[in-house]
Amino acid sequence: MRKNMTPFYLMVIPAFLLFFFFHTLPMLMGVFYSFTNWNGLSPSYKMVGFKNFLNVFQDPQVYSAYGFTFKFAILTTVIVNIISLAVAVGLNSRIKLKNTLRAVYFLPNILSMLIIGFIFNYFFSNILPDVMSKAGMSGLAFNILGSENTAWIGIVIVTVWQATAFNIILYLAGLQTIPADLYEASSLDGASKWKEFWHITFPMIAPFFTINMVLALKNFLMVFDQIVAMTGGGPAKSTTSISYLIFTDGFQGGSFSYQSANSVIYFIVIVVISMIQLKILQKREMSLS
Amino acid sequence: MSMKRTNWPVTILLVIGSLIVLFPLYMTLMIAVKSPQEMADAVLAWPKEWHWSNFKEAVDMTNFSHAFQNSSIITVFAVIFTLLTNSLVSYAVARNMDKRLFKMLYFYFVSALFVPFPIIMLPLVKEVSKLGMNNQTGLIVLYVVYGIAFNLFLYVGYLRSIPAELEEAAVMDGASVWGTFWKVIFPLLSPINATVAILTCIWAWNDFLLPLIILSKPSMATLPLAQYIFQSKFGVQYNYAFASYLMALLPMIIVYLVAQRWIISGVVRGAVKS
Repeated sequence: MRKNMTPFYLMVIPAFLLFFFFHTLPMLMGVFYSFTNWNGLSPSYKMVGFKNFLNVFQDPQVYSAYGFTFKFAILTTVIVNIISLAVAVGLNSRIKLKNTLRAVYFLPNILSMLIIGFIFNYFFSNILPDVMSKAGMSGLAFNILGSENTAWIGIVIVTVWQATAFNIILYLAGLQTIPADLYEASSLDGASKWKEFWHITFPMIAPFFTINMVLALKNFLMVFDQIVAMTGGGPAKSTTSISYLIFTDGFQGGSFSYQSANSVIYFIVIVVISMIQLKILQKREMSLS
Repeated sequence: MSMKRTNWPVTILLVIGSLIVLFPLYMTLMIAVKSPQEMADAVLAWPKEWHWSNFKEAVDMTNFSHAFQNSSIITVFAVIFTLLTNSLVSYAVARNMDKRLFKMLYFYFVSALFVPFPIIMLPLVKEVSKLGMNNQTGLIVLYVVYGIAFNLFLYVGYLRSIPAELEEAAVMDGASVWGTFWKVIFPLLSPINATVAILTCIWAWNDFLLPLIILSKPSMATLPLAQYIFQSKFGVQYNYAFASYLMALLPMIIVYLVAQRWIISGVVRGAVKS
């Protein structure tokens, strides 16, 4: 019996058109504008070839945004994964209040990053310096968001606070897939807890480690809300991320086509990183199992 | 099992850790209910007097009820339309994956997950405002359309586990493809529909960047956007500011308290599938 395909086409064609129109088309337009000198407002513009790209490559502001974004994203990915794996192992062990604790640790995941950012902003600028000076550590009694050298730490902390929630729950789901008899066999051998973790637990949750690393890094490379709420990219642009730079300069700075070129480069960078990351982590997973 | 004892050191460590998670919310509550004077005395201490009037001030300053309404409408419609449309598209794709065109369509949608938003952001704003869609409706459309990239992935994975015989039987009985989908398949999708609904809800409710660039008037602002727009209005009146933050966070916290298990398992299912 031949299947009547008409209804299936009718189901997907509107979705395809809408997606093309609101996602693919703007992307192609972005690529197109990156070869022009359009400022985003004036009625006319002309093609300038690779000029924007060449300028982006020589722009210290762009380099500093990449520097901050990568420093932030890599460090935060590592910290988030260490903390969430530790907490997940804890939550999976024989503890009291298991469900309550799990619910508390997941709570930040459902909260608005922007508002959390406002709250932490106040904490760093008012509460923490006060606590530090009362504790006699006047050397640390300053607003870390106010200094070029330390503002990024504040962004890392607020992101870790929020992002561990998701990773904990994912690791916990992974830990629950490990059959208990695996551990029973090892405890007979007198394996230490530490050895047990590296030889049984970690290899068993390797796929979850892969997902967490990839998703976390990808999300953190897009960092935006926290920066709006806490530093506005400052002080002295030290916490300007790539997304934030494209947003502020592209919309308000009048360098629409220039930031389009920047975003095209960013796109290529993200795709390359995702590919490499998946390759490496999948290879690791293979060799572990 | 009963032989093994509770691991108290780990329990205690985790309780201490959970205080770190709760601390910012505690701080928010404490500031929100104090007078400036009381806050200057001791920010984190339990309040002697609860200044509920701070909340009233905050409601007036940020036009809270309006922003709450905007957020609710956008989130509810985004969730409903996402469920109805994305599942349908996924069904058509999942049942025709053997055909080249549908397979290509699958990869077309899913590959969009690799596209960073900033690259489409600048032209998108031009496009949307040219169409007069720089309002709540436009925002709902964008959530539904962009959702496909990830939801298709979830739905197709799930649909593959549903045997095709079920619908073939329905078709034999003379049901149309549409009828089969709505009467036979859609009800079977409930678990994955729940996941998609939860993820869409968290996304649409908390999103800041899309409302920031799409919505053209402050009166259209969603809750997070309203906090941003009215931030300067608060000045040093932190009590009002924090009352406002708390109110913006509270609806989601209440939903979470009620449906916590459900939300966690929904999010896990979404992530594990990827």
